[in-house]
Amino acid sequence: MSSVTTERGGDSYYGRPVLKEPVWKPEIPLYLFTGGVAGASGLLGLGARMAGNERLAKSSLYVGLAAEMVSPALLVSDLGRPERALNMFRVFKVTSPMSVGSWVLAVSGGATTTEAVCDLLGILPRFKLFAAGVSALVGGPLSVYTATLLSNTAVPAWHEARHELPFVFGASAGASAGAAAALVTPPWAAGSARRLAVGGVLAENVAMTLMERRLGFVGEPYHQGAAGTLTRVAKAATLGGAAVLALAGRRRAAAVLGSALVLAGEVALRWSVFKAGFQSARDPKYTVGPQRERLSARAADARTR
Amino acid sequence: MTERVGFFTDTSVCIGCKACEVACKEWNLVPQHDVGWTGDSYDNTNALGSEAWRHVAFIEQRAPIRVDGETAEAEVGDALRWLMSSDVCKHCTHAACLDVCPTGALFRTEFGTVVVQEDVCNGCGYCVPACPYGVIDRREVPSVDRPAPFTGGPDGRVWKCTLCYDRLEGGHEPACAKACPTDSIQFGPLDELRERADARLAKLQGEGWNGAQLYGRDPDDGVGGAGAFFLLLDDPEVYGLPPDPVVTTRDLPGMWATAVVAAGALVVGVAAAVFGGRS
Repeated sequence: MSSVTTERGGDSYYGRPVLKEPVWKPEIPLYLFTGGVAGASGLLGLGARMAGNERLAKSSLYVGLAAEMVSPALLVSDLGRPERALNMFRVFKVTSPMSVGSWVLAVSGGATTTEAVCDLLGILPRFKLFAAGVSALVGGPLSVYTATLLSNTAVPAWHEARHELPFVFGASAGASAGAAAALVTPPWAAGSARRLAVGGVLAENVAMTLMERRLGFVGEPYHQGAAGTLTRVAKAATLGGAAVLALAGRRRAAAVLGSALVLAGEVALRWSVFKAGFQSARDPKYTVGPQRERLSARAADARTR
Repeated sequence: MTERVGFFTDTSVCIGCKACEVACKEWNLVPQHDVGWTGDSYDNTNALGSEAWRHVAFIEQRAPIRVDGETAEAEVGDALRWLMSSDVCKHCTHAACLDVCPTGALFRTEFGTVVVQEDVCNGCGYCVPACPYGVIDRREVPSVDRPAPFTGGPDGRVWKCTLCYDRLEGGHEPACAKACPTDSIQFGPLDELRERADARLAKLQGEGWNGAQLYGRDPDDGVGGAGAFFLLLDDPEVYGLPPDPVVTTRDLPGMWATAVVAAGALVVGVAAAVFGGRS
């Protein structure tokens, strides 16, 4: 018979987690992706319009619209009480990135929908431009706030990643919006979208590498288990897709292949970050270890003073 | 606001009877949850959660209860001690769950405690990973009061200790403290409890109790001090408690600043992609 007897000063309670794992379902990593597409498409759309590329502006508008439609559906579906979804708009709290994000998504969704309606009916061109402006204005915040949301938890792999994660998510949003637009736009009009996709992929992989390097021990979950597999898939797919887009993106078939690879890679990237948080919360060593080190350092500091 | 109240849980007199767990479940109508044999001493409750607002931890240690002077470590021998501790929501001064709640369902009461409004919570789940102690959780057992088409579906809201808000309103102490037969769970004004805990710690340390320490008592700690704090007989992690918890929102101003920079970088990136090429 095994014994439960231990020595003094163990490092966990029967190896059980200190933190609760998040209760979020697959809707959330999907939303991390669609929210990024929605946000960065607003920016790309306005940029293309300002550059006189109406064809690309139209693609971005409808890509963004699709993402804006899907996003709230995913979020509502993930709630424990979907029938109370509107309670998100009871208050506005800057201490809650989810509250801020709900309002940002609502404004962005309203602006993009308005722009699309004007475009479809061919009416109110100035109002349509105003809506495009609003959509672009909240596009940046919509693309990165989800990183702040995840970092603003007690989960070590997310909280400690707070310095780089917004850059990872922002770049991922740009790459996603660029690839999605390149997928549905004839190559002659999609140069900007391809450049955004390639640049986004490069920036995101650099930021991710810096993040993993700085995190060290706390960042282990990003390399292990399901999160590790997804991280590797994300790297291979995004970099592979970006290479195809960069080298052969002017050919339609290659553009479709490259864009699809980038999009798949971006979903995998969001999913890997999502999963890493679960793995990080599950193992008490990531919670207890750094905190114990912090206490020891403080005690040593107090002694030398 | 009336005087801030809380719990001082003195684990040195806990006998592991679990009367607190039972009293809490009965008073607050907390539903049954998975019950099984863990094999981990007498702990079959596992952890705090939506269906366990008090949780008694049991730790069996090869260590003496008291350490007399400097010879103690060598004389441990076959000494055995049984640590028991009734854990509960800490009702933090700076509460992460309350800060991150997007609906305002979580609020601070006039007693300085942190409570979920069950008629407001929409089950977004943000508070769950935000809590540095892993206290609050979403209830997945079926609920009777959901409208069609969700009738009979999971409850879907988050639940945790309310420090018996309803009993406080009526001038009564919380059910767990009332039921505790050894006064291990003490309820009262927080200032008074802190004084009492300091005196108790000094007494135990004077008597050479092994590992006696206060946990969550310090108003300068990462959560601004806990409304429910403890006297432990070993390090916090031994009881499954984080040794140096910090409210995540303490770092939020910096996180928002980083987000603004990242959003700006994206705008610059898009501009470069659009205006930096030929088509």
